[in-house]
Amino acid sequence: MGVRGLKRTSTQDPVWRDEFSAQSATERYVTRRQFSKFLVLTSLGMFVGNLWILVRSWFAAKPSFTPQPVSTAAEIPVGGVKLFSYPTPDDPCILIRRSTDTFVAYSQKCTHLSCAVYYAREQNRLECPCHEGYFSIEDGSVLQGPPPRPLPRVTLKREGNDILATGVEI
Amino acid sequence: MTRGRGITAIDGAIALIAILLIVQMWLLTATLESYLAGHSEPIVPAAILSGLILAACAGLFLFIQRIDANIRSAEEPDSRHSSPSAPR
Repeated sequence: MGVRGLKRTSTQDPVWRDEFSAQSATERYVTRRQFSKFLVLTSLGMFVGNLWILVRSWFAAKPSFTPQPVSTAAEIPVGGVKLFSYPTPDDPCILIRRSTDTFVAYSQKCTHLSCAVYYAREQNRLECPCHEGYFSIEDGSVLQGPPPRPLPRVTLKREGNDILATGVEI
Repeated sequence: MTRGRGITAIDGAIALIAILLIVQMWLLTATLESYLAGHSEPIVPAAILSGLILAACAGLFLFIQRIDANIRSAEEPDSRHSSPSAPR
């Protein structure tokens, strides 16, 4: 990186010409030193970002879940599903009855771009229609597609005929 | 050190800083994505690694400064009144 086309007319130039550049081309010029300083400051910004995430995670409140009835066993046939929200109304979930005594529930938000997943009974898996991300019905793990993580699993508890959601396992 | 070799060394150091910066950007985005997904396990190692990358970048920056100073002192004993030959 050199200043091309910029030549000093005389070695007798006054000192102020070195200190206060009067040429716009020189003002716009980015030297290696300036560029490397900019890169290092950007690196500092990245590090501060990582520290910010660390501090946020230290002071983040642990989520607490209150048991909430989501369905009754008689309400869902074997192979059927029921949609509910847990732990907040903004967290859609899907409850699936796999057999007479087996219920599983997962967050309905795909871990890729939060599209709503649905239960594909023939394939016995959860599918995201947006980008064909498939999740295992066994544990919510990713079978295929772009989702980077398994579906959060909603823990269930059965009390008589009632099915309660008791927490979310990420 | 000659001017040409010095500029080559400085350019190499800048390229290395740029590569480290790309890795650090990826690290930050991956950590943020993981944190927002509720996973806090990689946060501490990522912060440590990011600090190490910053230290490496700072070390390379000091290296650039030193090379630059060496070239200037070798070629321009009185930089104020000589031709602009040092790397910029």
